[in-house]
Amino acid sequence: MKNLKIFLIILLIIPNLSFADNQLERNKITKNLRCLICQGQSVYDSDSDFANSMKILVDKKLEEGLSENEIYDFFKEKYGEWILYDPGLNKNTYILWLLPLLIFLLGGAIIMKKLRFKN
Amino acid sequence: MKDKLIPSIIIISFIIIFLIFYKGLQETNIYIPKSEIKKDIPIFSSVKFDSNENINSSEIFNSNKFYLLNIWASWCVPCRQEHTYLMRLSENNKVTLIGLNYKDNFNNAQNFLMKLGNPYEVIFLDEDGTISIEWGAYGVPETFLIHKNKIVAKYIGPLNEKLINEINSIVK
Repeated sequence: MKNLKIFLIILLIIPNLSFADNQLERNKITKNLRCLICQGQSVYDSDSDFANSMKILVDKKLEEGLSENEIYDFFKEKYGEWILYDPGLNKNTYILWLLPLLIFLLGGAIIMKKLRFKN
Repeated sequence: MKDKLIPSIIIISFIIIFLIFYKGLQETNIYIPKSEIKKDIPIFSSVKFDSNENINSSEIFNSNKFYLLNIWASWCVPCRQEHTYLMRLSENNKVTLIGLNYKDNFNNAQNFLMKLGNPYEVIFLDEDGTISIEWGAYGVPETFLIHKNKIVAKYIGPLNEKLINEINSIVK
């Protein structure tokens, strides 16, 4: 009897775990997608018609077995790089990625020079 | 010389920053996706508006003529505005109008068509809004001109006199 109970509990938990997994994945993806109706909000935060449809579509794509990056590529192809909150490094965004690094190096160089000058 | 250099660099930097922000104020910061042209149309299946029959996109866009896919809903006010233009365009036999009814109530949509006329050859349903996203649309109304299974032109917002003339000149 006890074994049966444990077996039933495990049986109940397994589908929930995979559901929770998909839910987590969906939340992670929708947090990185921008809502085009209420711009400035992520699809995850927004409750507009467009965002709700996006959430359904993300679920569908996850069920179809698409990975996170494949889903981003899908939306990027439809709406452009702007749909992503975390854009990848490419010819349009390299300034965005490299500028902080350059400023950091420049600042470091100035500090080094000053320190050497003092010494 | 060195004493003057630093203040002048600071002043110039402030002027540049001011100009960038000032220009930013005048520019709209609402992003509109680029009109994707010459893209293949998405493949999807849906349900027909009047018969609840399943329909596949390949059955709709099956010939090499021009198709105009219009995303509409009875609750959308700009759709009412553009409807007269769509009725006019439906008289042109070089283009076939296809309707995609977006997140609508069946009775309201039927009343809308009875009152204003039905310009569409086929209407199919997008109940959860996902088909519109497959098309790269993000609201209603949106219209796509299709030729040889490719999107030739995309119009965000209601159609007007000028756009109807443009469509007529493309399909000529």
